[in-house]
Amino acid sequence: MIEAHKDYAGAKLGMWLFLFTEVVLFGGLFLLYSAYLHRYHLDFHHAARNLDTFLGGANTIILITSSFFMAMSITALQLGRRGRCLGLLALTVLMALGFLANKAIEWWAKFEHGIFPGSEHLRALPQGEEIFYSLYFAMTGLHGIHVLLGVGILSFVMILVRRGRVRQEDFVILENSGLYWHLVDLIWIFLFPLFYLIT
Amino acid sequence: MSLTGIKAGASPRGFLSSPQDAGGLRSWIFSTDHKRIGLLYLACILTLFAAGVALGLIMRLKLITPGNDLLAPQTYNAVFTVHGVIMIFLVVIPSIPASFGNILLPLHIGAEDVSFPRLNLFSWWLYLTGAVVALVSIFTGSGAPDTGWTFYVPFSERTTTNVSVAVMAVFILGFSSILTGLNFITTIHQLRAPGMTWRRLSLFVWSLYATAWVQVLATPILGITVLLVFAERVLNLGLFDPGRGGDPLLYQHLFWIYSHPAVYIMILPAMGVISDIIPVFARKRIFGYNMIAFSSLTIASVGSLVWAHHMFTSGMSDLAVLVFSFLTFIVAVPSAIKIFNWLSTLYKGSIIVEPPLLFTLGFIWMFSVGGLTGLIQGAAGADIHVHDTYFIVAHFHYVIFGGTGLGMFAAMHFWFPKIFGRMYNRRTAAAAFWIILLGMNVLYFPMFILGLMGMPRRYYDYPAQFAQGQLISTVGSWILAMGLALMFYNLYAGVRRGAAAGPNPWGAATLEWTLPSPPPSGNFAEIPEVEKGPYDFAPDPRHD
Ligand SMILES: [Cu+2]
Repeated sequence: MIEAHKDYAGAKLGMWLFLFTEVVLFGGLFLLYSAYLHRYHLDFHHAARNLDTFLGGANTIILITSSFFMAMSITALQLGRRGRCLGLLALTVLMALGFLANKAIEWWAKFEHGIFPGSEHLRALPQGEEIFYSLYFAMTGLHGIHVLLGVGILSFVMILVRRGRVRQEDFVILENSGLYWHLVDLIWIFLFPLFYLIT
Repeated sequence: MSLTGIKAGASPRGFLSSPQDAGGLRSWIFSTDHKRIGLLYLACILTLFAAGVALGLIMRLKLITPGNDLLAPQTYNAVFTVHGVIMIFLVVIPSIPASFGNILLPLHIGAEDVSFPRLNLFSWWLYLTGAVVALVSIFTGSGAPDTGWTFYVPFSERTTTNVSVAVMAVFILGFSSILTGLNFITTIHQLRAPGMTWRRLSLFVWSLYATAWVQVLATPILGITVLLVFAERVLNLGLFDPGRGGDPLLYQHLFWIYSHPAVYIMILPAMGVISDIIPVFARKRIFGYNMIAFSSLTIASVGSLVWAHHMFTSGMSDLAVLVFSFLTFIVAVPSAIKIFNWLSTLYKGSIIVEPPLLFTLGFIWMFSVGGLTGLIQGAAGADIHVHDTYFIVAHFHYVIFGGTGLGMFAAMHFWFPKIFGRMYNRRTAAAAFWIILLGMNVLYFPMFILGLMGMPRRYYDYPAQFAQGQLISTVGSWILAMGLALMFYNLYAGVRRGAAAGPNPWGAATLEWTLPSPPPSGNFAEIPEVEKGPYDFAPDPRHD
């Protein structure tokens, strides 16, 4: 079925509105974070020292690089180089999976130390440290779900590009998926310092 | 599909009749025609409204005398919770925008459809899914939710009833509402017909525009809030658990950051309907077009800064109370501007009293009472006295039922001939209106007095001094129910047997009335060139 009208500006406007809603969704969690950081800043400081800055930093680099490839894939399609576009998209998806694997390792290490929501170990800690970890799991978890959705969306767009539904003259779906991916990236860029660096 | 299939005049029943090859239910539930989607919403909303009314009647019946045990205490808690959840999330939030907004927005701006027709259909499916999940939460697990529609922590974290499923229903419904808002904003920006400048938009479209922004910007906060309640229950996060360093007040903040703006999602579209109806029946251009359009935007923006007036007794700094109380008074101003503009439009107009105008006048009365009593709660001092009493219940039923509800009924009577091509019995409609108005006031006005006397909301039982008011209120609920039954019967009979209405029975000037009734599937045979405003009436044919 073909859309009744092709409206490039409309599609972009709709996507930006959707991105606003994503920002606000995470905004609720950032609000909680700031309120609790204010209340428990010392506990946050102690708890954050147990997070692995190396793993977090590696993930930051992975995501930023993947965003770079994403942008390149759009340019490639605009230049009519479909094969290169597909390759770059595949690379983006691969890096997203790498991010998730890395995150899984990080979470797993925490679980092994008895750190998971509601665990005995956490309950024995000062209350602020437990809150820190609850926020850590909630925020990186919700972000992880978004990365996973991104993997799905980008894979789907790859199929559309292969089939020629998304092509040089009509690439707004690819561009919008790219916008989504950059947002996911951007949210991590805020999460990383909040949990790993500033406390 | 059928989007561009049939053009004007192909069928006397317009979009209501399906093409030969694709009739039946499938041609409705998979249709991307905005008018069909709007009618689907309307059917669902009215069905759920009936369910909500039934629960309300049961509640009133239980409260008719002190000591009455028609319902067990736990059942009573479930009934008021489910009544609230259905009425707020399934009826009032989608009410006018999802039904009449969908049907009329493209017609009002001279477009073929909304910007994203398939996304529009997807929104309806999300709505339906949300409704089903909500029903599942009532009938499965260990009992229907008993928290009240506000899902306040820490009780909502601890209760063993089916809260986890209910909040997921709310999450899905919120998503549906966001997508509708997103679709409307894009449509209004992108698909206005040539000559349809921003200052020629109907005020209904302006109100939908302001509403859509609130839907897009506020609803995600509700999404994350109910997701957190879900996570608290299922993953045991403890973010709102005071025993583990969490703060329940933060939940209240998050909840009301959405739920105060949500009252504007509920009321703004009704105000838009009123603004479109009044000039038609006063045969006069609307007074203060710019101010009405502007006040919609003001309400939408200032309204997002007043949420904590729901929390004056919850524990906040005096400064915060002062600021939120002040802002609450400020946000009342644009609503008052609208009321003055409507009354000024009627002033010296050649008024023709038809059912849509009656419901409109009912709206103005009910909304004024509800709005002014809202200020009593917005005043921090007075609020301490009336907080969490029947006074609140009376206030928001005046605003939401008396306002949005009557606004929706006004819309139903105004656009009925356009949508169905037939006319209902106008005298019966007028009679139904008077019974409804009487019923509403008998039902809700005693609650103001009960509240001032100290009757708390949501209580299962009450001492004898409240008996008289409770009894009058219950009698009111019966009157109201009769009025509603008469109104819906009359409309139903109109759909079945009403006389042909013609393209423009009210002599209105917005674009939808230039089309045959019901409008054809593809709307305009060709996209119209707009040369005049929405309230530039032709000379009244009835005065010739
Ligand atoms: Cu409020």
